[in-house]
Amino acid sequence: MKMTKALKATLLGVSLATIAATGVSAKTLVYCSEGSPEGFDTALYTAGTTFDASSKPLYNRLVEFKRGTTEVLPGLAESWEVSEDGLEYTFNLRKGVKFHTTSFFTPSRDFNADDVVFSFERQLKKDHAWNQYTAGAAWEYFDGMSMPDLIKEIVKVDDHTVKFVLNRPEAPMLANLAMDFASVLSAEYADKLEADGKMEMLNQEPVGTGPFSFVGYQKDAVIRYNAFADYWGGKQPIDNLIFAITPDAAVRLQKLKAGECHVMPYPAPADIADIQADDSLTMMEQQGLNVGYLAYNTKVAPFDNKNVRKALNHAINKQAILDAVFQGSGQAAKNPIPPTMWSYNNAIEDDAYDPELAKKMLADAGVSDLSMKIWAMPVQRPYNPNARRMAEVMQADFAKVGVDVEIVSYEWGEYLSRSKAEDRDGAVLLGWTGDNGDPDNFLAVLLGCDGVGGSNRAQWCNDEFEALIQKAKTVSDKAERTKLYEEAQVVFKEEAPWGTIAHSVVFMPMSSKVTGYVMDPLGGHWFDGVDIAE
Amino acid sequence: MTKNTPVAAAAQVKLEQESRNATKAMLLEFWYYFSQNKGAVLGLAVFVLLVLVAVFAPLVAPHDPDVQYRDSFLVPPVWLEGGKAAFLLGTDAVGRDILSRLIFGARFSLFIGIVVVTIALVGGIVIGLVAGYMRGFVDTFIMRVMDIILAFPSLLLALVLVAILGPGLMNAMIAIAIVLQPHFVRLTRAAVLAERSRDYVVAAKVAGAGHFRLMFKTILPNCLAPLIVQATLSFSNAILDAAALGFLGMGAQPPTPEWGTMLAEAREFILRAWWVVTFPGLAILITVLAINLVGDGLRDALDPKLKRS
Amino acid sequence: MINAGAFVYSTGDHPAVSWQDPPVRHIRTHDMFRILFSRLGLLIPTFFGVTLVAFSFIRLLPGDPLDLLAGERGIDPERKAQLMAQMGFDRPLWEQYLDYLLNIFQGDLGTSFASKKPVLDEFLTLFPATAELALCAIIIAVCLGIPAGIFAAVKRGSVADQAIMGTALVGYSMPIFWWGLLLIILFSGILQWTPVSGRISLMFFFPQVTGFMLIDSLLSGEKGAFLSAVRHLILPSVVLATIPLAVIARQTRSAMLEVLGEDYVRTARAKGLPPFRVIGFHALRNALIPVITTIGLQVGVLLAGAILTETIFSWPGIGKWLVDSISRRDYFVVQGGLLLIAGIIMLVNLIVDLLYGLINPRIRHN
Repeated sequence: MKMTKALKATLLGVSLATIAATGVSAKTLVYCSEGSPEGFDTALYTAGTTFDASSKPLYNRLVEFKRGTTEVLPGLAESWEVSEDGLEYTFNLRKGVKFHTTSFFTPSRDFNADDVVFSFERQLKKDHAWNQYTAGAAWEYFDGMSMPDLIKEIVKVDDHTVKFVLNRPEAPMLANLAMDFASVLSAEYADKLEADGKMEMLNQEPVGTGPFSFVGYQKDAVIRYNAFADYWGGKQPIDNLIFAITPDAAVRLQKLKAGECHVMPYPAPADIADIQADDSLTMMEQQGLNVGYLAYNTKVAPFDNKNVRKALNHAINKQAILDAVFQGSGQAAKNPIPPTMWSYNNAIEDDAYDPELAKKMLADAGVSDLSMKIWAMPVQRPYNPNARRMAEVMQADFAKVGVDVEIVSYEWGEYLSRSKAEDRDGAVLLGWTGDNGDPDNFLAVLLGCDGVGGSNRAQWCNDEFEALIQKAKTVSDKAERTKLYEEAQVVFKEEAPWGTIAHSVVFMPMSSKVTGYVMDPLGGHWFDGVDIAE
Repeated sequence: MTKNTPVAAAAQVKLEQESRNATKAMLLEFWYYFSQNKGAVLGLAVFVLLVLVAVFAPLVAPHDPDVQYRDSFLVPPVWLEGGKAAFLLGTDAVGRDILSRLIFGARFSLFIGIVVVTIALVGGIVIGLVAGYMRGFVDTFIMRVMDIILAFPSLLLALVLVAILGPGLMNAMIAIAIVLQPHFVRLTRAAVLAERSRDYVVAAKVAGAGHFRLMFKTILPNCLAPLIVQATLSFSNAILDAAALGFLGMGAQPPTPEWGTMLAEAREFILRAWWVVTFPGLAILITVLAINLVGDGLRDALDPKLKRS
Repeated sequence: MINAGAFVYSTGDHPAVSWQDPPVRHIRTHDMFRILFSRLGLLIPTFFGVTLVAFSFIRLLPGDPLDLLAGERGIDPERKAQLMAQMGFDRPLWEQYLDYLLNIFQGDLGTSFASKKPVLDEFLTLFPATAELALCAIIIAVCLGIPAGIFAAVKRGSVADQAIMGTALVGYSMPIFWWGLLLIILFSGILQWTPVSGRISLMFFFPQVTGFMLIDSLLSGEKGAFLSAVRHLILPSVVLATIPLAVIARQTRSAMLEVLGEDYVRTARAKGLPPFRVIGFHALRNALIPVITTIGLQVGVLLAGAILTETIFSWPGIGKWLVDSISRRDYFVVQGGLLLIAGIIMLVNLIVDLLYGLINPRIRHN
């Protein structure tokens, strides 16, 4: 009996101590995230969920996007110069920037040029000690943005100056360096891990210069961060940041309503009205930087005739699609780039829904009894929440103009690779979400001649269009680039390789207590500058 | 072969008559025991009703199950505030009548049960008979393969099989039949092993009956009872598993009004519109319960050991 | 207390019952080994079969992780071939299979494509969550199912019997994914008694020692942590327990009925032994033999149920991990996960077989 009493006393003492410890009112923000991060070394991955949990809270980049825009601002580089020929980018690095001090690492020096060189060279050089530090390591984004072809070398000029030498001029280079894969890691921490023989920990226990430092991750459940007191941009208003991993949208909403979390992404479209009616919640909304489209195969008759493509575009009832598929979370698209992107050509007029005109145009083109396939993706994407349903609406629309549609679908991986084929039978529903806010990232990738047989699902190669976008790549003057891209959009509309369908609208519900949250047009979720009212 | 003399013919007729009478008596006895079990009779009644509803679905259902009434999204059931008389059990997120979808869904569930049980039963009996009758290497091999199938949780195995075959109702049924089949194989084999050495089999063998005849005509009819019970259980299991696969997005694909798929689509409304979640599940529960009640009744009536003492 | 006392008392003297005589010791050990070896003999080919199934399944899955990961961005075919080669997918199948077997025996199940972490490590971090859930479910099922079954058997034909058996049949027929949703609507939505998902309130943060939240929360000494863990665990484990509970109750009842009808029980009754002793000791002990087998067989049911339960409650266990990995085509996770789960089921079945041999005198004599 005495023993139990003593034990009880100890337990009581412990619990009192913990109460005292937590009694200091620490501000904790809980974010109900939609999925688990794949890891914490951002450059290895391509998923937005992983970026939200790694590059955004933990790291900085040489340049950063101004919050809420795609405008490039100084980050770890205070300033930069671009050489006349556009081949050399010289960055002057910020001084006095600290790396996180955590339970697993204490930095002995400030951020410097070595960290920048390390962060990029491991992705660039196949023989770098960190190029293959975990099984199957692949630098998908770095490769995907053609960095290995583009970057000739990265030179450390002095401790606070780094120079990127390119093989050819590339106007979007600065925007690329603000992307997640360009996050800067600590070379000192990497050296320590290498010496300890624990290289894989770089991906599990991250150290960065960002506004939050890593505390712990419980797989598929919780990620914890602390505000970094010595952050070069100043300490955050909140003290703790928690990601509560909650894959189910209904459950996320329930938790938000119960006060178990403060911010949630991706509400179910059906719940949006309900959230807007709730006084304890605020909902922010923003147009997504994406486009959903129907790509005809312009190499196969009769879709090689632009009048046929144009006729079908007139037969699509976009409003019906917005109602049935997007349920209010989308807007009709007329251009291949979203309206929030610079150089969006608002003067262009959309192909109006006009079945009669469509019928006539088809007849004029000498096409009758047309039957075609429409490919419907098997997955949900922001730019197309339900491709199957979208295809069904189109099937009904096309039937009205005498075109018979068969809907086909494949497993997602299969769908992506089969739809690339140049002799593909049918028009493909697909879309794109922007990486860096540069129009080149849409127009060149999706409609450029290089993409035929690949990411150019319309298999469309138009000399006039190609000349415009190629020229825009090499010019560094933004006003001039804008003009070129505006012209390219006119050509696009005239030639109609796609039926442009919709851009999504992204909603972000949060507790009314949350202040300072800014939505990211690139789809990321940032918590620096966010506060909670008491 | 004796010639057909009138006497022999008369004897034949008499024999047939007797055997018919015996069959009749057996059925009567079976029905007597079965009807003693009130639950089983109730289950049978519900099941018959379900079959009728499924067969006459187009006549019974008030609406087309796929028609979307654009002005009636998520209408609650008629007895709640805001309910409409046209939609007795309310509508779903795209304005389809839930009652009509449930009625058409009954077709899918019963269809799933029938197809899965047929495949599993036929396959299981053939394989089990071969194993039990042939013995030796064939038997060992077959039984090891069955062990391997049984070493995986059935739903997980079905899930992987569907992932390989591609999501869809037909593939889901094949996958479920494969994972349910070992039970039939084991039962058949055990029954065959028990029957093989019985006098009547030996007699038939001596009389020169071929392997095929021995297996299917002589042995099989004598081990039907446990197979029938197992088939009923599998029927309800198949419906549950197909619904689970549909719920995980790997079974019937929308807009098919399969009950599990309906539940999966309804999940996002769980806290807003309870009826879209509640009714499909209730339909599954009632169907499975009715079949299990019948199954219990069958077992009690067929298994002499459990007959009331 | 009184019940327990009665049980203890009744284990004391029962010399009259003949089957109780303990068999000669060396025969028991010898038989145990015989059973063990014969079972192991069956297990080895099954194990190889399972490895072959897991190995071929991931090669039959359409699509591949690389295309899925790259998404709309696409991946360069050369780069893809290079990465597939890195994973060993370019070599002859038999070579790959041999390699796979060798690696299994070295405890290497490959690396997750998504997380780039060893499959075994991932399994070990997630398994405690599933194990905790499954153990709680089986405890609920046994603690409620056996008494309910006994009670129903003893009161055979009564209203209580019919009510219990009716409820059990409903439980047995339950689509548990729907049942889980209903409980969420009621207890989390309307009554707000339980949290919607997760294993413990986010307010608590302590190191994982055992991986079992109930134990770790006690070890942490944080006030309210244990209670929070219990509140998170209760709904999922009730949902997962539903079918095993129904099966155990039904099995216990019918086993009890069978035993109650046997001669020695009748004799014991005729001798005027108090009903508690007859039921509690003589009958129950025999009736439990098939029930134990049933409990063992529920492991497969629990693991299958865990897939659905974990999906509904966002429970970070292996069921959800596997379902996600199948849709991601995370080859080595699917391959390794299938093998590990089948291994667990085979192991439990082996233990049940041995246990059955140990407690069932009839088997030993045959």
